[in-house]
Amino acid sequence: MSEILLKVENVSLGFGGVKALSEVSFDIVKGEIRAIIGPNGAGKSSMLNCINGFYQPSAGRIVYKGVERSAMRPHAAAAGGIARTFQNIALFKGMSTLDNIMTGRLLKMKRGFFWQCLHWGPARAEEIAHREFVERIIDFLEIQAIRKTPVGRLPYGLQKRVELGRALAAEPELLLLDEPMAGMNLEEKEDMCRFILDVNEEFGTTIALIEHDMGVVMDISDRVVVLEYGRKIADGVPDAVKADKRVIDAYLGVAHE
Amino acid sequence: MLYRESGQFKSDYAADQAIFPIRQDRIGMAAILFAAFVVVPLIADHYFLSTILIPFLIFALAAIGLNILTGYCGQLSLGTGGFMACGAFAAYKFATAFPELNIVLVFLLSGGVAAAVGVVFGVPSLRIKGFYLAVATLAAQFFLIWLFTKLPWFTNYSSSGVISAPPRSVFGFYVTGIEATAEAKYIFCLTLVAVLALVAKNLVRGRIGRAWMAIRDMDIAAEIIGIRPLRTKLLAFAVSSFYCGVAGALWAFIYTSSVEALAFDINRSFQILFMIIIGGLGSILGSFLGAAFIVLLPIFLNVVPTALGVPLSTATIAHFEYMIFGALIVFFLIVEPHGLARLWQLAKEKLRLWPFPH
Repeated sequence: MSEILLKVENVSLGFGGVKALSEVSFDIVKGEIRAIIGPNGAGKSSMLNCINGFYQPSAGRIVYKGVERSAMRPHAAAAGGIARTFQNIALFKGMSTLDNIMTGRLLKMKRGFFWQCLHWGPARAEEIAHREFVERIIDFLEIQAIRKTPVGRLPYGLQKRVELGRALAAEPELLLLDEPMAGMNLEEKEDMCRFILDVNEEFGTTIALIEHDMGVVMDISDRVVVLEYGRKIADGVPDAVKADKRVIDAYLGVAHE
Repeated sequence: MLYRESGQFKSDYAADQAIFPIRQDRIGMAAILFAAFVVVPLIADHYFLSTILIPFLIFALAAIGLNILTGYCGQLSLGTGGFMACGAFAAYKFATAFPELNIVLVFLLSGGVAAAVGVVFGVPSLRIKGFYLAVATLAAQFFLIWLFTKLPWFTNYSSSGVISAPPRSVFGFYVTGIEATAEAKYIFCLTLVAVLALVAKNLVRGRIGRAWMAIRDMDIAAEIIGIRPLRTKLLAFAVSSFYCGVAGALWAFIYTSSVEALAFDINRSFQILFMIIIGGLGSILGSFLGAAFIVLLPIFLNVVPTALGVPLSTATIAHFEYMIFGALIVFFLIVEPHGLARLWQLAKEKLRLWPFPH
């Protein structure tokens, strides 16, 4: 196996009396597509929120790129190369598609306040260089026609695509996708699968995704982690997980005698 | 038919990112600037310059300031008057303490003082949002006005409490004080406002503006992208207060020629908030349109009924003003939160296709 990008060790997370995660451990290997699945309320989104610094685990360690992370804020995780999308789209509604994706490149833009005031010379050159990068993402996601449209006016499927574009603009090493295909029709799902696989293959981005569509998960992911009630119940390649008795029980329920 | 962009091809990103990408807009803007700098001073009389155009320019500057904070960064503020007062008193203190200091520098420095005060009152914005932040900035408004009225140091221990702005000149022309001509004051204001409006436009269309809008639209997602909320909000408070401070200094030195705290009471804050709501939240053009609307409406109400043969009393006009503002604010908040600026933009989009509907 190749290099481990992120290692989660015995992470627990509680909100008051509710245990969202208890002693979950797994790792994400560089370059793989890792799926996190489980029934509703299993703690999948909480796990992603821990990874990108939105929640602080109450116990356990998260090791990213070989360094143990202390308490951190999301912007520090972003600076470390972790980007994500949300289950219920979190785009900047008042801004155009182009501006949304340009915002994703914010951390890469360095010119200071003075040059920004002038919007000339170095600041303009920087703006244009980043615009070129963003245009490549727009080409890749096939959203050229909606470049200047405010995202609030776009249909749901396209908004999801723009959100993926915004995450990609940061050139992340680890991309977290929270239900990238929720609420999509078959065609949109196929497009999104293609984009996820292309991102993984062409840019070599490591991807961790949460998804409810089992067909999709089993097809595109390299390894799957299964959570139930905040505990890990299975971890492995899709075929092994599919055959695991506890997973089948969790999803289909156990017959009462 | 005149407003068509067909045949205008953009071959690089610089052209696409220009403030006015369409040629007709560039020509229009050049014409407006020419009229404002050359034609108006030649034909306008003293009354028109000093009671309509100068306050319009100053209000527009303050509205740009508030629009940066409220329209672009989404932080509701009722402290505009307080920050304007900061600028006015700072300018008075600078101008009297260092009489040889250039007046432009005095205004910019007083904007800086207002910016520092704005940052201090912006700190709570990390924790509180919306109406609660509005109340916190309201505290700034009342505290600052109280401070300037109570502490005689700010008025250089003047006994009357009303102090007149000292005369200062730029390139040999008096722009403040009694010797200043309305034309000189107007040109001075116009230059300053035009330059600062351009700077504001540059800020909001680049990296910093996008960070502000990201915080406004979805602060959690902004933080995930790597935007630091406190720093970004405080920068918005600083820039916004800078603009309000310069506007306050211009108000005291050039428009009224007297520095008094009561000119910047809570009503001033509301007036500027109304300007950006009517003009358009999140639009530099909207700041100008809103300021023009609020300056012109009372004059319109004064002139038109008289011309029609139904002169209204001053009290009636004042009542009408309140009713029209109230109705318009409700209208714009419900129907078109982006105000007159958005209506203008829609009109232009229709014009591009005219006479075809699609």
